[in-house]
Amino acid sequence: MAFEIKKQAKAYDVCIVGSGAGGGMAAKVLSDAGLKVALLEAGPKYDPADPQQQTQLKWPYESPRRGASTTRPFGDFDAAYGGWEIEGEPYTQKNGSKFDWFRSRMLGGRTNHWGRISLRFGPNDFKHYSIDGHGDDWPITYEEVKPWYDKVDKLIGVFGSKEGIYNEPDGHFLPPPKPRLHELMVKQAGEKLGIPVIPSRLSILTRSVNKDRGACFFCSQCSRGCSIHGDFSSSTVLVKPAMKSGNVDLYVGAMAREIVTDAAGKAVGVSYVDKEDMQEHQINARVIVLAASACESARLLLNSKSATHKNGLANSSGVVGKYLHDSTGASRGAFIPSLMDRKRYNEDGVGGLHMYIPWWLDNKKLDFARGYHLEFWGGMGMPAYGFGFGIEGLQAKDPNRGGQPVGGYGASLKNDYRRFYGSTVGFAGRGEAIARADNYCEIDPNVVDKFGIPVLRFNYKWSEHEIKQARHMHETFEELIHQMGGIPLGSKPGEESMYGLENPGRIIHEVGTTRMGDDPSRSVLNKYSQAHDAKNVFVVDGGSFVSQADKNPTWTILALSMRASSYIVDELKKQNL
Amino acid sequence: MDRRESLKALLIGSVSSGVILSACETSTKDNAKSPKTQYYGRTPDEVLRDEMLQKDKFFTDAEMKTITVLVDIIIPKDETSGSATDAKVPEFIEFIVKDQPKNQLPMRGGLRWLDVQSQKQYGKIFTDLEADKRLAMVDQIAFPEKAAPEMSQGVSFFNLIRNLTATGFFTSQMGLKDLGYKGNTPNEWDGVPDDVLKQYNLAYDEKLLAVCLKKEDRTKIMTWED
Repeated sequence: MAFEIKKQAKAYDVCIVGSGAGGGMAAKVLSDAGLKVALLEAGPKYDPADPQQQTQLKWPYESPRRGASTTRPFGDFDAAYGGWEIEGEPYTQKNGSKFDWFRSRMLGGRTNHWGRISLRFGPNDFKHYSIDGHGDDWPITYEEVKPWYDKVDKLIGVFGSKEGIYNEPDGHFLPPPKPRLHELMVKQAGEKLGIPVIPSRLSILTRSVNKDRGACFFCSQCSRGCSIHGDFSSSTVLVKPAMKSGNVDLYVGAMAREIVTDAAGKAVGVSYVDKEDMQEHQINARVIVLAASACESARLLLNSKSATHKNGLANSSGVVGKYLHDSTGASRGAFIPSLMDRKRYNEDGVGGLHMYIPWWLDNKKLDFARGYHLEFWGGMGMPAYGFGFGIEGLQAKDPNRGGQPVGGYGASLKNDYRRFYGSTVGFAGRGEAIARADNYCEIDPNVVDKFGIPVLRFNYKWSEHEIKQARHMHETFEELIHQMGGIPLGSKPGEESMYGLENPGRIIHEVGTTRMGDDPSRSVLNKYSQAHDAKNVFVVDGGSFVSQADKNPTWTILALSMRASSYIVDELKKQNL
Repeated sequence: MDRRESLKALLIGSVSSGVILSACETSTKDNAKSPKTQYYGRTPDEVLRDEMLQKDKFFTDAEMKTITVLVDIIIPKDETSGSATDAKVPEFIEFIVKDQPKNQLPMRGGLRWLDVQSQKQYGKIFTDLEADKRLAMVDQIAFPEKAAPEMSQGVSFFNLIRNLTATGFFTSQMGLKDLGYKGNTPNEWDGVPDDVLKQYNLAYDEKLLAVCLKKEDRTKIMTWED
């Protein structure tokens, strides 16, 4: 059988692989500058305003499984096509690692369902090696990134409050929504314990930032995608306007195989397989921008081997795939007896927490190196699959039950479901892990996916720092719960379960696999996200991170992608690429 | 788009990139919804999977009869709302065990366990028992902390069917209304109602109120001084 690679005749200035936060921003900035862009996305088109795809404002009974997570990991209404496991696209583990790799295959990638928590990294977050001697410093400072954060704030919109906390820099905020009841209770508890509880910072439009996007109408369903584009997702806020310029050709269902290089080793294009007809294609461009997600971009580079790039493209240092790290995570639920028999009102609010707890302690006085922030939830949310499960556990904790047996059936049980509705809260910690060379992804020498592309193999171990951090999170959860007059649910996890520390990858903040640095022997990219070894190759997803802060990565991915894209525009003008 | 336009667009069900005219144009088309569009935003693969599950039948008629009796014992009709069968909970349970096969064995085995116990104690399978004997049977497995040790498998089964009944009921239209759920509709969140704040002895402090969103600002495009 003849095996033909169809070469796209059109020559592009830039080919971008991936349409999430990094790729969407690159498409916007580069197309605004008049460059001709090919945007490759492995999944289908997606627009939450398309009635075929819309899940916003659906009722639980519209799903026969009542929104259960059988086919989508975060439930039927969640806007992520893909998940921890994708049929025909495996990944493997090494040395007993349990790295969970979440992939969204769709226009906009994981920004469609993400938590919208939009925190800037602070001055310390770029210089942690100088502070505690672990990991490495970034080659850039907060001051250098600040103007880009400012631009992202204004372009996309983020609500928050100016607090003047040194390592939690303020931005150009929209006004935050008023806290919900349980959030006021956490704030009150925090005040007594000396834990700051401040308005959260989410990229949701409490006020519009332009005429194309509506203001939030408080359905609390950002994770379903917003039909009026009142929150940030790359598909609606970046790719859609970028397409309007006429400078962007979108290729969906395009699974990138490798970066094609010429005889001299220079990157000239990207080859991909079209998932629809399984034909092989190639797109040529002057500049290649990878934004396929930290691990997927590393995979592409490692799979792009040639006579000149024997270790894969941009990998003369051997660093591609190394320094992989995800945020740490642990969580605990609680029952708050005073929240039984609540008065009913609509407390949906925005699609996420209205308040949060930034890191507030000094690690020099603790037995672990890096901090964490706390998120919490609760309230009279929309019932879905799982509602009412384990009522006997709640009944047992009701201080006013007066000896009535738990469990049961009939009218009194029916009434209990009503009484307990809205009386539980949950807390989760999200912390910084230390980036280490021995946590990595690499190409599995034996396994390919259904497209014949060699797959990733993960090697990952938490260190004492992350484990002790999880223990501390659990102590904080209990302090807050008790201060609120609540009763923790389940049991406090101990040493045997690493204090409830989630598997790496589980928080979906994996970064660091193509880190930036000034020394080409110890980093993949320079400080403009440009490959040391391949001047016309850039990586604008979380791969460039030297260290993940105790923040969420998206706002920094956006700022750095905008910065890298504007550098590309300048360099092309100077004919340096 | 402003708030009124947003809401209008929402009610119509479609808005493309904020251009309200196009939303109006597409409205006729959208009103004639294809079955697929009513299908809660499924991908083509998900549509196929749902259709396959719907075609299958898992429980036998006899098993379904027992489930129907049990779910109405768990959630009966009262002055606020109807019973579990009124809310089509048995149909939900039939679907969910096909959707999540891990529930099939515990359900089928548990139903059988119940019939065997009924037979032993009263000489009849569960659905053939008189109402008071059915309750006497259920009393032995419905209270986890009181149940006799030899009833433990029955307790596990009853916990499972209680969970599925509660979820099936309170995620139905009837159950949501019973629960008093007020959300899932466009609105202007303006904080916790005053009487509720008072009830919990809480208040929004001035510092917080000063920075929080004011309802009247929602329609105004945000600008910054610097």
